Amino acid sequence: MEIISKIILPIFIIVIVFYGVKKKINVYDTFLEGAKEGLQTTFSIFPAIIAMIFAINIFLDSNFLGFVIKIINPIIGNVSLPLEIIPMALLRPISGTASLAVMNDIFKSFGPDSFIGRLASILQGCTDTTVYVIALYFGTIKITKIRHALWVGLFADLVGIIMAIVLTNLFF
Amino acid sequence: MVGYIWAFLIGIGIVYSFITGNINVLNESILTNANEALDLILNLMPIIVLWTGILKIAEASGLLDKFARLLSPLLRKIFPTVPKDNKALGYISSNIAANMLGLGSAATPAGLKAMNELQKINPKKDTASTPMITFLILNTAGVTLIPTTILALRVAYKSSSPGEIILPAIIATVCSSIAGLTLDYIIRRKKKNGNNF
Repeated sequence: MEIISKIILPIFIIVIVFYGVKKKINVYDTFLEGAKEGLQTTFSIFPAIIAMIFAINIFLDSNFLGFVIKIINPIIGNVSLPLEIIPMALLRPISGTASLAVMNDIFKSFGPDSFIGRLASILQGCTDTTVYVIALYFGTIKITKIRHALWVGLFADLVGIIMAIVLTNLFF
Repeated sequence: MVGYIWAFLIGIGIVYSFITGNINVLNESILTNANEALDLILNLMPIIVLWTGILKIAEASGLLDKFARLLSPLLRKIFPTVPKDNKALGYISSNIAANMLGLGSAATPAGLKAMNELQKINPKKDTASTPMITFLILNTAGVTLIPTTILALRVAYKSSSPGEIILPAIIATVCSSIAGLTLDYIIRRKKKNGNNF
């Protein structure tokens, strides 16, 4: 299993680069062109990153979460789940940048190779910003009655979250 | 939506800090936050730049289109009510192929074009059609083979094996996609029997 994770990336790169060479495109110049776009993307997401890091750190540093955990801990009792993951799971369907900021904080506090660090990584990777995508896509074509789109989408996210927890336990 | 949540996080954070008397922590947080955002963006930048470069090659060489064509037989099964030669299917497959490669900026335009095509064959213009909903579920379940930003952050925080999360993430995504599509399918069947739509 572990070996598959390790070979995905190199295989991707070699297939992409050599397919480009085979199709006789200038791979180096094309790379530079794309890299330049990537640089612009990074700059364009910078304001959103500042905004989200700002709000999330004020929220996390206030330790309001500790208060919430203290309240709900007796209720859910012995579930062996790091509760710090909850804000991330709640923010993930709404804003990718917000959940990224929480993941960054989890890595900072617990490290990327901790249980919660791995769980956060898988969670960030396995679901998407459902609410945002639905709002954007239906908004553009002026659909107002979305029927069951939102709650089926959120149901799929929930399954993703549960699977992330199960698989983190199973793999590591 | 995001605006409300943003304001909510700041509001709760500041009010709760006042209540508990954590004013010093709050001030430090406000003053040092922006630096942390800069660290985060500097951690992400190199791999985003590298990966968009690599993926540009996949786009220019036609590999992305080829990959999208591989998906189309499967899509015809998932979207039985969309005519086989409809442009929407092509856009849907490019959208999913781009998403799989973590190419969000290429995925969104293709996704919007797919929605436009689906709207053309939608009998009720203000109501989401069945294929639109199926497409959104497929899209938001988000199968990403190379999660660049996650890898970049794991590297930045000195993970001993940054890529170890790729495979479990893919498996989790596949499960959530199947769960979403199955529920969508069940709802569609029920609606058909009840003569709605």
